[in-house]
Amino acid sequence: MTEQTPLLGGQVVISKPALQQLFDALRTAGYSLIGPTVREDAIVYDEIAQLTDIPIGWADEQAPGTYRLRRRDDQAHFGFVVGPHSWKRYLSPPSLRLFATRRTGDGFSVETSNDPPPRYAFIGVRACDLVAIAVQDRVFVEGPVQEPHYKARRERAFVLAVNCTEPGGTCFCASMRTGPRCSSGFDLALTELDDAFLCEVGSALGAQMLSAVEWRPAGAFELSRARQAMADALTRMGRGLNTHNLPELLYDNLEHPHWANVAERCLSCANCTMVCPTCFCSDVQETSDLVGETAARVRVWDSCFNREFSYVFGGHLRPNTRARYRQWLTHKLASWTDQYGVLGCVGCGRCITWCPVGIDLTQELAAIRGEGQL
Amino acid sequence: MNSTLAKGHWSPATGHPMVPQPAVITHVQPEAHGVMTYTLGFRDPAVGEAYRFHPGQFNMLYLPGIGEAAISISSDPAEPAALRHTVRIAGNVTQAISRMEAGGVIGVRGPYGNSWPVDRAVGNDLIIVAGGIGLAPLRPVIYHVLRHRADYGKVTILNGARLPADLLYPQEYDDWRSHDIEVVVTVDRADETWKGRVGVVPILFYALRPDPKRTTVFTCGPEIMMHFVVYEALARRVPKDRIYLSLERNMKCAVAFCGRCQYGPTFLCKDGPVLSYDRIEPFFTVEEF
Ligand SMILES: Cc1cc2nc3c(=O)[nH]c(=O)nc-3n(C[C@H](O)[C@H](O)[C@H](O)COP(=O)(O)OP(=O)(O)OC[C@H]3O[C@@H](n4cnc5c(N)ncnc54)[C@H](O)[C@@H]3O)c2cc1C
Ligand code: SF4
Ligand code: SF4
Ligand code: FES
Repeated sequence: MTEQTPLLGGQVVISKPALQQLFDALRTAGYSLIGPTVREDAIVYDEIAQLTDIPIGWADEQAPGTYRLRRRDDQAHFGFVVGPHSWKRYLSPPSLRLFATRRTGDGFSVETSNDPPPRYAFIGVRACDLVAIAVQDRVFVEGPVQEPHYKARRERAFVLAVNCTEPGGTCFCASMRTGPRCSSGFDLALTELDDAFLCEVGSALGAQMLSAVEWRPAGAFELSRARQAMADALTRMGRGLNTHNLPELLYDNLEHPHWANVAERCLSCANCTMVCPTCFCSDVQETSDLVGETAARVRVWDSCFNREFSYVFGGHLRPNTRARYRQWLTHKLASWTDQYGVLGCVGCGRCITWCPVGIDLTQELAAIRGEGQL
Repeated sequence: MNSTLAKGHWSPATGHPMVPQPAVITHVQPEAHGVMTYTLGFRDPAVGEAYRFHPGQFNMLYLPGIGEAAISISSDPAEPAALRHTVRIAGNVTQAISRMEAGGVIGVRGPYGNSWPVDRAVGNDLIIVAGGIGLAPLRPVIYHVLRHRADYGKVTILNGARLPADLLYPQEYDDWRSHDIEVVVTVDRADETWKGRVGVVPILFYALRPDPKRTTVFTCGPEIMMHFVVYEALARRVPKDRIYLSLERNMKCAVAFCGRCQYGPTFLCKDGPVLSYDRIEPFFTVEEF
């Protein structure tokens, strides 16, 4: 079998139908496949089994406040970018029972869950989202305290990444230096060519999975076509963001009149934080049965746009949208760097697309910088 | 296979950093209207043995079926076995705690947060300024000073409450005073029994002439009060990095996961709650930050 296991860091070519063999190999190895699939007029991440479950021949058209699917005139397998879901839905789910307690004669005991954590294979992870996962790693496993649920899911996950050759209308990963090419954090990374996939081997596990798949070494022609596609993608970014001294820009402009301008448009709906792949804020709630015998600590996604988020005895500290939007953007693009050494935005464009009123952070920042005209 | 896949061990319930430890309430001390101090002892002796805290740190107190709240430790750090928390009834959790009696069991996890820099302040004069429940997280500092009185110069406690009946720990002031600590007390509104000062805490600063070269200020209380304390301290040329505030934000996790306690670059549950003024100055004056 050795000759059938490609080298780490190597590039191989697999035919498009052969991707099904990889899916099968992953399922045989015990993974649940989570990948893009069409539901309710959007491409979401859900459990998939067959190659035909992914949106072959579909594209997404994205603009501020707008998302539309359309048929492509080819059979591209990954001819779309990112949708309203991100992988955080699986690594730190919207609602997660952290642990349970049971009342006992002399107080309470803590109940252990014996369910093993899910073992996911993420299919079609884009470059921006690989970086977003690495950003959340810093929050949940690389800090002084580790979150065991995230850690277990993360350690067990298999990552099949996809390089973006056709960036979307709200994408700006190039300015954030997070894409469109996947540079690390994957087991395997595909580049879609007209008739086949170029597949880069990012880990020993990735190489091992390929042993069940028909592949051949990549030729110089395929390598150069993929390189060209990536170079073209860089020039086709929907948007750009000037990242120069972003933290200073925001810290110096906490009283900028533009915050009030955004607040006139922003609905404080929290969509942007829900779709953002790096936003991690949560609430912890107590649920209990009717008689109070058992209780559980449940973590649910929360948002700095929610009123309760800033509640302390005596009032809400950020009582209006101006204060909340300022908190959000200042966290993403300034204090995140102090906290984690990286920016909290990877340029995926989701918050722009899924904002019901089309607020575009790249433009809001340009306005604060004094560059943009709204 | 990937080596991490081979690991079958999975025990997040006991291993989760947010799991509380059962503790027994050994004593309940009414302090003021709606404020009580609970003395707690961990049920598991090994947990109690290992437990240590620094002045200014807090615990998350948990009641099954109700929830959790961040509560400062208000007792002597040299006696970690008699862990005290002074709780003001504010909402769900504190209300439910107030219905508990000696013998009741409560969940405790901690200690969390950083502490008042009592070591850095050695050799300095101390001005401790507290408003209302804000004296609770400062009481461990006072106990520390009582035990190490020679380490500090002049020590002044400026303490205020809304009403005379709201003053915390009045029975201890004489003991503090007997250790050469000046305790100055004021209330916002007097009643017929009150013979002391009336007015807000920062006014007590007017009489002080601190030596800026050797003064450290510790303050905790309503944020509006701390604004004036900072103002008065700066007016007396106390350096910004010698003015320490304990800030309060909503806290759900205490382990930097929930994001609620952010204050600019800091998570108050991890980098705070005690911050020196030089670190927060850019944000402290920003409204609704
Ligand atoms: C580091 C730190 C240390 C602390 N130390 C202490 C201490 O030593 N002692 C102490 O007593 N407290 C302390 N606190 C404060 C304490 O954690 C809060 O008061 C906490 O909210 C109490 O929890 P609770 O469930 O009782 O009240 P909560 O349920 O949080 O409610 C607080 C109050 O607000 C009301 N309320 C709740 N939600 C809302 C809403 N959405 N809109 C309007 N009103 C609402 C409630 O009815 C109640 O009046 C500390 C806080 C921090 C961060
Ligand atoms: S802030 Fe917007 S563009 Fe940036 S990572 Fe989050 S959702 Fe994507
Ligand atoms: S910026 Fe847009 S998506 Fe975010 S809270 Fe405001 S209206 Fe909602
Ligand atoms: S309390 Fe959750 S991040 Fe600090």
